[in-house]
Amino acid sequence: MKSQNTGLFQKDLVIEAFRQSFVKLNPVLMFRNPVMFTVEVCTFVMLIVFLWTLSGATSQGSIGYNFVIFFILLITLLFANFAEAIAEARGKAQANSLRKTREETPARLENGQIISSSQLKKGDVFVCEAGDMIPGDGEIIEGLATIDESAITGESAPVIREAGGDKSSVTGGTKVLSDRIKVLVTTQPGESFLDKMIALVEGASRQKTPNEIALTILLAGFTLVFIIVSITLKPFADYANAPITIAAFISLFVCLIPTTIGGLLSAIGIAGMDRALRANVITKSGKAVETAGDIDTLLLDKTGTITIGNRKATRFYVAEGVAESVFIQNCLLSSLADDTPEGKSIVELAKTQGVAPRSGFDLQSAQLIKFTAETRSSGINLPDGIRIRKGAFDAIKNLSEKAGHVFPVETEKQVKAISSNGGTPLVVSENEQVLGVIELQDIIKPGIEERFQRLRKMGVKTVMVTGDNPLTAKFIAEKAGVDDYIAEAKPEDKLEYIRREQQSGKLVAMMGDGTNDAPALAQADVGVAMNSGTQAAKEAGNMVDLDNDPTKLIEIVEIGKQLLMTRGTLTTFSIANDVAKYFAIVPALFMAAIPALQGLNVMQLASPESAILSAIIFNAIIIPILIPLALRGVTYKPIGASALLRRNLLIYGLGGVIVPFIGIKAIDLLVSIFI
Amino acid sequence: MNTEILGLALMFVVTLALAIPLGKYMAKVYLCQKTWLDPFFNPIERIFFRASGIDPTRKMNWKEHLVALLTINFVWFFFAMLVLMTQAWLPLNPDGNSNMSPDLAFNTAISFLVNCNLQHYSGETGLSYLSQVVVIQFLQFVTAGTGMAAAVVVFNAMRIHVTEKLGNFYNYFVKSCLRILLPVSFVAAILLAFNGAPMTFEGKANMITVEGDTMQVSRGPAAAMVAIKQSGTNGGGFFGVNSAHPLENPSYFTNVVENILILLIPIAMIFALGFYLHRKKLAWIIFGVMTTGFLLLLTTAVYFEMKGNPAISIMGIAQNSGSMEGKEVRFGAAASAYWGVTTTVTSNGSVNSMHDSHTPISGAMQMLGMMTNSFYGGVGVGFLNFYIFIILAVFISGLMVGRTPEFMGRKIEAREMKIAMIVALLHPFLILSGTAMAAYIFYLNPEIGWLNNPGFHGFSEMLYEYTSAAANNGSGFEGLGDNTPWWNISTGIVLILARYLPIIGPVAIAGILASKKFIPESAGTLKTDTGTFGVMVFAVIFILAALAFFPALTLGPLGEYFSIY
Repeated sequence: MKSQNTGLFQKDLVIEAFRQSFVKLNPVLMFRNPVMFTVEVCTFVMLIVFLWTLSGATSQGSIGYNFVIFFILLITLLFANFAEAIAEARGKAQANSLRKTREETPARLENGQIISSSQLKKGDVFVCEAGDMIPGDGEIIEGLATIDESAITGESAPVIREAGGDKSSVTGGTKVLSDRIKVLVTTQPGESFLDKMIALVEGASRQKTPNEIALTILLAGFTLVFIIVSITLKPFADYANAPITIAAFISLFVCLIPTTIGGLLSAIGIAGMDRALRANVITKSGKAVETAGDIDTLLLDKTGTITIGNRKATRFYVAEGVAESVFIQNCLLSSLADDTPEGKSIVELAKTQGVAPRSGFDLQSAQLIKFTAETRSSGINLPDGIRIRKGAFDAIKNLSEKAGHVFPVETEKQVKAISSNGGTPLVVSENEQVLGVIELQDIIKPGIEERFQRLRKMGVKTVMVTGDNPLTAKFIAEKAGVDDYIAEAKPEDKLEYIRREQQSGKLVAMMGDGTNDAPALAQADVGVAMNSGTQAAKEAGNMVDLDNDPTKLIEIVEIGKQLLMTRGTLTTFSIANDVAKYFAIVPALFMAAIPALQGLNVMQLASPESAILSAIIFNAIIIPILIPLALRGVTYKPIGASALLRRNLLIYGLGGVIVPFIGIKAIDLLVSIFI
Repeated sequence: MNTEILGLALMFVVTLALAIPLGKYMAKVYLCQKTWLDPFFNPIERIFFRASGIDPTRKMNWKEHLVALLTINFVWFFFAMLVLMTQAWLPLNPDGNSNMSPDLAFNTAISFLVNCNLQHYSGETGLSYLSQVVVIQFLQFVTAGTGMAAAVVVFNAMRIHVTEKLGNFYNYFVKSCLRILLPVSFVAAILLAFNGAPMTFEGKANMITVEGDTMQVSRGPAAAMVAIKQSGTNGGGFFGVNSAHPLENPSYFTNVVENILILLIPIAMIFALGFYLHRKKLAWIIFGVMTTGFLLLLTTAVYFEMKGNPAISIMGIAQNSGSMEGKEVRFGAAASAYWGVTTTVTSNGSVNSMHDSHTPISGAMQMLGMMTNSFYGGVGVGFLNFYIFIILAVFISGLMVGRTPEFMGRKIEAREMKIAMIVALLHPFLILSGTAMAAYIFYLNPEIGWLNNPGFHGFSEMLYEYTSAAANNGSGFEGLGDNTPWWNISTGIVLILARYLPIIGPVAIAGILASKKFIPESAGTLKTDTGTFGVMVFAVIFILAALAFFPALTLGPLGEYFSIY
C-alpha cells in the first residue's frame, strides 16, 4: 500500500473520470469556477449561433466553421472537467483502498454479542484476541497486544499497543497477533479521519483554501479584463467597418482568459491532498497541506527522528590498574539481566569485543539490583558475594568514596570528556572499587544532516526537542545540524516555544503522539499526530501520519510547497500564452477588412479562419497535456527563493510565451490542409 | 543627428544626477530628520499648523488618511469653482477677462483638482491673473502634494515595525508642498524667468512688429506657474499652446530645464522610497523596471520621429531633421519625441509639439506610456500605480516559489487581491469603454463633426483622449473637437474615477497589510529586490496593462502605420 507507483491514468479511473466530465457540465457545479463558467456560457452562445446558421443565417460564417468552434469549446470544457475528475478519482481510489481494509469485519462486543463493524457506535467496547482483525478505530482500555499494522503502514514489523500511555490507539483493519485487548470505539461510523478525507477529495465538503480564493480572484480579474477587451472590440470594429463574427469574438475571448489554470486549478488542489495520502498522511483539510508549504519552524523529537532509537554503548574505558577483560566481563554481567536499550547495547558491544560470560556463571542464582531514582544505579550481586554496580558518575563516586576508595583521576577525566562529547558516561564498580567507564552515545540517523540542510535552504528552521541535559542536547544538535534545541523539554516547553515563534510571525509544525502533546499539536499551525498516538493527540492535530514516521514532516513541507508552486507556475504559463494568442487572433479579426494589417500576422498563419481555429485548438489541448503536471506537481528544488523564481520564470514564463507560437503555427499547418 | 541624441542622453543623466540627492532629501523630510532648510521652513510650518489647529503628530490609520485626503480635495473644488465664476469682479484682472460659465468652471475645477489639467479654455483670454495664481497654480501645488502624501502613507506601511497607524496625512501633505515642491519650483522659476519666460502682473504688452503693425502680446506670472506645472506633473499651461509657446518655453535651454523637471520628482520619489525604508536595492530595481519601460517607448518614438514621415519622402522632400510637422524648430524632432514620451509616462501632459502630428508609432508609444501609467508616473501616484503591479507580481511569483505570497513580510490574501484587481481593471475599463462608446456614436452618426481625420487616425484621437483622461495626463490629440457636452461629461467622469480609486486602492491595501502580522524573512522568502522579480513586474505590466490595449491600438496607430509605411 505504501507509495504505490501506479500510473497516472489507470483504465478504470479514466472511465470514471470520463463519465464525470459530462456530469460536471452542470452549470450549478460549474459556477464555482468563474473562468470555466464563462467558457460554458460562450459554448452555449456558440451552440445558438450554430443552430442559427443551420436555419439559414449567412452573416456568421459557414455552418461547419461555427460547429467546429462550438465543438472545440465543448471539448475545452470536458478537458477541464476531466482534469478535476481524474484527480478526484485517484484520490478516492487511494482512500477507498484504505477504507476497504476495514469494512465488514465482525466485532465481538464485551457481552459476547457479535455485530458487523459498520454497526459499531461511539462508546461501544469490543474485544479482540490473537488472530482477530480489529473492526474499528479506538483506544485500548484494557490489556496489551502485538499488532500487525502493515495493512495501513506497509511496515511488516509488529508493534505493541497497550492500555494507558501514549500507545493506546488502534486502527481498524489491522490485525492482533498476540494477547487480548478491550477497545473503546472513539468515532461515530462514517466520521473517522479517513472518511473525512474521502469527503474532502470527493468535493462535497471541499472548501476553497484562502490561497485558492485569492488566486480565483486574480483569475476572475483577468477574465474581466478580457470581457472588457472583447466587448469593446465590437464598436471598434463597427467604426473601422470590419465586421467580426460572433465565433471570432468568442474565440478571442476564450483564448485570452486563463482557461489553462482555470481548468486545472481544482485538480491541483485535490492532487495535493492525494499526494499527502500517498505519503500515508491523512489531512483534515486542504488548507493544512497549503500551510505546510509555508512552515518556518519545525519541531522534531530527537529520539526516532534525529537519532536512531536510544543511546548505545560505544566504548569501554578501563581504569588504571584494572585488566580490560575483567572490566568488560563485569560490564557484561551487570547488563545481562538489564533489558533497557542501553543495557542491551552494552551486551552487544561486549560481544563484538569477543567477551562472553565466564564459565560457571549462573544468572538464576544472582541477585538483580534494579535501577531506582535514589541510587541512580543498577547492578547485580553474584552468589560469590561480588557486587557489581553501574550508574551515573556522582552516584558511583559517592558509593566508592563512602567505602574508602579513591576515585581514579584518569577515569574522572574520561567521564568529563564523554559528557562534553554529548555522550553519557556510565561508571562501573566492583565491590565499590571503580573499574572504568562505559561511553553511551546517541547514534544520529544516516542522511539526516542532508535533510536538515535541504530544509535550511527552503528557509525552514529546525528545532530538536529532547529530554537530555543541555550539554548533550547541544552536542547532538550541532552534530545533526539542527538550528536550535529545547533541552530537558517538558510538554509545556514545546507549547511555550511554539507560541513564542508564532508571536514573531512564524508558522510552526510539529509532530507528536502523547496526550500531553495535544495542546502543542493544537497550537502548532501544522500538527501531525502519529496514528499510534492517543485519540486526544489525533483530534488536536490537523494531519495524521499512518506510518508513525517522525521524518514525515519534511515530506509534508515539500508537498505543501509543490502545491503552491504548481498553481503559480501554471498561472504564469497560462497568462504568458496570451502574447502569442493575441498575435494569432487580432490580425485574423481584421485582415479581411483591412489588408494592411497582414503585417501583424507575424506567424504567417494561412487564413483568418485557420488562425482562429488553431488558437482555440491549442487552447483546448494544452489542458490535457498539462494534466500530468498538475497531478504530479512541479518538482520542488531547494535552491533558494530567488533561484527558484528565476528557474520557474524561465521554464513557465518564457516557455509560456514561446510554446504557443510554435504550437499554434504547427496546428495552423495542419488545419490549413482542411480549409 | 548625433548631437540631438547626445542632448537627450545628457538630459536624462542630469535628471538622474539631480533625482538621487533630491530623493535623499525627500526621505529626510518625510522622516522628519534635520535638513539644512529647516531654519527657514520650521517657523512657516509651525505657523501653519498653529493657525489651522491641526496636530501634525496625531497618527492616523489608512481610513483616516483617506478621509483627510478626500475632505481637503472637496474643499478645494468649491473654492476653485467660486473664484473661477467670480474672477471678473476680483482683483488682478488687468486684461478684463470675464467670469467663467458654470459648466466650464466645473470642468476646469475638476480637471485641475485631479492633477490632470485638461484645458478647455485658453489661458490668455479665459483666466484672470488671480485665477491663474490662486486656483490654477494653487491646485498645481496641492494636488501634487496630495499624491506625494498618499505615496508616503504607502511607504510608511512598508516598514518592518509598523502598526496600523501610518503617520499624519496633513504633516506629509504640508511637507510635500512646502519643503519639496516649493524649493524645486522656486529654483526652476528663477532659471526660466532669467531665460525669457515672463513674470509680471502687468497686462498685455503692445508691440510694433517689423512690418509696423501693432500687436498685443499676452503675458503674466508665467515663469512661476511653468515651474510647478512641470515639477508637479500637472501639465496645464499658462498659455493655450502650452510649452510650445515661445514665452512659456523660450529656448532649447528652457526646454531642457522643463523636461528635466517633468521627470525629476517622479524619479526622486523612487529613490526617496529607498532611503526612507533603507532599501536602496529595492529602489534601484523599481527604477530599473520603470526605466526599461520608459527607454523602450522612448527609443522607438525617437527613431520614428527622426526618420521622418514616409508620406513626405514620397513627395521627394528630404527630411534631414526628421518629421517636423507640428514641432518647434528651436527644439527639433528628437527633443520633441523625448518630451512626448516623458510627458505621457509621467501623467504630466504638457506638450512642446503637437502630439497629433507625431508619426503613428510615436503616437502609440505616447498612448502606451499613459496606458501603463506606471513608468515613473505622476508625482506620488505613479508609485501607487506601480505598487498595484508589485502586489500582483508578488502574488504570482510568491506562488511560484512555493509559499503563500507575502510582500514586505505581510501575507497577501483575498481582500488585497480584490482591491488590486479592481484598480488594475479600472484603467482598461475606463479607456476602452469610453472609446467604445465614442466610436459607436460616431459610427451611428458620422456627421457629428468630432473628427478632423477619419479612419485610423480619427480612432487614435478618440482613444488618446480617453487614455489621457484616465491617466490624468491632460494632453490631447488636438485634431479632436473635444469641447462638446459628450466629451466634457464623459471625460469628466473618467477623470474623477481615474484619480481617486487608484489612490484609495493602494492606500487601503497598504493599510490592511500594515495591520497584519509581520513575518520575518527566511531563505524561502521571495525577495522583491532582485532582477528576477523586476522581470516579473515588468511582465505583469506588459501583459495586463499593455496587451489589453493591443486590439484597440491595432485599429488606431498600428493600422495607420501599416497603411502608410
